[in-house]
Amino acid sequence: MNITSPDWLPVVFIGLMGLSFLIYAILDGYDLGVGVLLPLDNQQHRDSMIYSIGPFWDANETWLVMAIGLLLIAFPKAHSIIFQALYLPTAVMLAGLILRGVSFDFRTKAPSTDKQKWDYAFKFGSLLATLAQGYMLGRYITSFEDSWLSIGFSSLSAICVTAGYSFIGAAWLVMKAEGDLQKRAAKWAQKTNILMAVGIVAVCLANLLIDQQIMDKWLGGIQVLIVIPITLLLGFIFVTVHLYLNKVPMENDIGCWFPFLAAIILFIMCFFGLAYSFYPYIVPFKMTIFDAASARESLWFIFVGAVIVLPMIIGYTIFSYKVFWGKTTKLNY
Amino acid sequence: MLDAAAIANDTSFMLSRIQFAANISFHILFPTINIALCWILLFFKVRYNQTQDESWLRVYRFWVRIFALTFAIGVVSGITMSFQFGTNWPGYMETVGNIAGPLLGYEVLTAFFLEASFLSIMLFGMDRVSNRVHTLATVLVSFGTTLSAFWILSLDSWMQTPAGFEMIDGVAHVTSWIEVIFNPSMPYRLMHMLLASGLTSAFLIAGISAYRLLKGDNKKSVKQALNFAVVLAALLIPLQIFVGDLHGLNTFKHQPAKVAAMEGVWETDSGVPLLLFALPNEEKRENSFEVKVPNVASLILTHDAYGEIQGLNDFIGEHPPVAPVFFSFRIMIGIGVLMLLFSWYASYQFVVKKQYPTWLLKTGIAMTFSGWLATLAGWYVTEIGRQPYLVSGILRTKDAVTTTPPEDIALSLTLYAVIYGFLLIAYIRTLFVMANRAVALEQATPTVNTENPDNNLIANEQLGAKL
Repeated sequence: MNITSPDWLPVVFIGLMGLSFLIYAILDGYDLGVGVLLPLDNQQHRDSMIYSIGPFWDANETWLVMAIGLLLIAFPKAHSIIFQALYLPTAVMLAGLILRGVSFDFRTKAPSTDKQKWDYAFKFGSLLATLAQGYMLGRYITSFEDSWLSIGFSSLSAICVTAGYSFIGAAWLVMKAEGDLQKRAAKWAQKTNILMAVGIVAVCLANLLIDQQIMDKWLGGIQVLIVIPITLLLGFIFVTVHLYLNKVPMENDIGCWFPFLAAIILFIMCFFGLAYSFYPYIVPFKMTIFDAASARESLWFIFVGAVIVLPMIIGYTIFSYKVFWGKTTKLNY
Repeated sequence: MLDAAAIANDTSFMLSRIQFAANISFHILFPTINIALCWILLFFKVRYNQTQDESWLRVYRFWVRIFALTFAIGVVSGITMSFQFGTNWPGYMETVGNIAGPLLGYEVLTAFFLEASFLSIMLFGMDRVSNRVHTLATVLVSFGTTLSAFWILSLDSWMQTPAGFEMIDGVAHVTSWIEVIFNPSMPYRLMHMLLASGLTSAFLIAGISAYRLLKGDNKKSVKQALNFAVVLAALLIPLQIFVGDLHGLNTFKHQPAKVAAMEGVWETDSGVPLLLFALPNEEKRENSFEVKVPNVASLILTHDAYGEIQGLNDFIGEHPPVAPVFFSFRIMIGIGVLMLLFSWYASYQFVVKKQYPTWLLKTGIAMTFSGWLATLAGWYVTEIGRQPYLVSGILRTKDAVTTTPPEDIALSLTLYAVIYGFLLIAYIRTLFVMANRAVALEQATPTVNTENPDNNLIANEQLGAKL
């Protein structure tokens, strides 16, 4: 193991991969969350909710392929270990993603008597995918240990990730929806906001107690000082979002984007928290990014492509969001 | 204990192979339609732009919705594929990851995001962006799907005919990216697949349009689509036969064991007959019930009636299972011949004589999914024909498999099989539901509301209630 290797390519690639996972969690997070929240009692609300994510879900999900692809490309040994260890939850997640992905299209194209069934499939698939992703994250954090503690922690993580996705989904709806649905979304956002706050605290505490190395990393020195402002900032965000949601919709819908922005900030903070806990390990406390990295010439070949193409991807992603900017309207072919 | 472990490992191997085959077979159905359908949609759109003929727009709007559905299934089943390498075939990336990784990476970077981002503008953006930008979005999605095919076929071809690398400590390292990407079989396989996609889309459009016509949908747009599709097929099929032949010659040069299995040749011989039918028997290493045409196999493969073809017995332990390759090859060729007969005769009837005989329309409906069958059969020839190797000469399939316990794989395989079976039925059913809806709509309302699918739905239901 050579942590002090001067080779910077693995560092760049872990950065790119991390960025892809973060963008995935935010973007597919909100559309998965909207799926989880899909109400069973109101067809109109379901339609509007699905219209709000219709133009985006496909590109959002591509970030998962990108992140997994980067893991595969840059750290193939880690990819093998992680996905053999997560074999069944991966299959469950994929089944969920398949179900929800096709339901988008089948719901308007299949016989109209089946529309509701496809909506249920959409909700169920979204729930399955978010729970599986949370569970996988929990297994990863606990180094894939075969213990009840790890399984318990992973189950907790499954619920927390689902709460987080539901929160960002509800925040998305507060921004994109109007009228009754917006008010309803504000209520959902409030509940999931609390759930997410409780979840973050629970996961942080559990994580510190489970692993001495992580405990040392956060509380074992001067860095403990930064924990205080982070905690305060988190608390501030949770409280202001809660208060704002009480007042939705404000006059002229002022600040309808605020809960969504807050959700993004929370996701970024959680992400960096995790990244700090584990860097430079790619398989927690077993394999570093330097141990797992591909050959230099292969990384270099893909790096050149990424530098050229990534700005273009970001460019047309922004263009696509601009085309479908503003409050959601019906989607016509 | 060792025996039990070995058996578990063998079971994991078989189940992983079945699972990969199921996943990739299901997945390939949808890109096969969409790679070409996207360009065809662009053609419809451009024709509309040029002629301002509303019926071209109608054809576009009917097929763009099928494109969207097909795309969604293609995307989600494709995501599944990207996980299979790690979950079931860790040895693959560990051995050739330096090559497979960047090729897959370029597919994601240059193709997936392009398709996914502009797809929404292509599908839902018609009244949000200018006509020019909308056409551009359609071009970019088409370009993206074709680029995606380029990268993945480059990788697949590299696994068949590896080039531009060296092995260091059992791991492949690249010496030339150009040689890797444009490896010997790549241009042939890519062309063969792109043409297969064109034919698959053409027969799908022909079949669904024939169905609508038979149901009494006498709108101009239906015949327009039908005529377009049969003429497209009639133009592509001779090209496909030509390219297929070149591809076969390329395989003969680089993968003689695969060709021996395709032709059912056991002993190296000159003046080898073409087997129209036979039952290859791998235990006795001979064929029974041969129906053959003398010297033709030699003639096709060596362009010499007495040319030599290497037999399977030269490759004992190194050649693929014979029967599946042999039969898949004949299914592909058989469907190709049917496609040729149908598309040429139908073009003559529909376009030249302007007649639509019922039996010919019914034949068209029967051949709606013929492209799927031929494409799958062709891929079985090429992929089973690569066995026992995962990467020809470098990595045996057996050596790449996971250590995941067989029970877990059985569970995931069952899950995928149930979902895929269900989705395949739902997909085919939905295509015909959409066709019926279009028929009913056009009869029910003279001013068609293609803008709004839900109104179509209502129109359809009202019609249903009346009947």
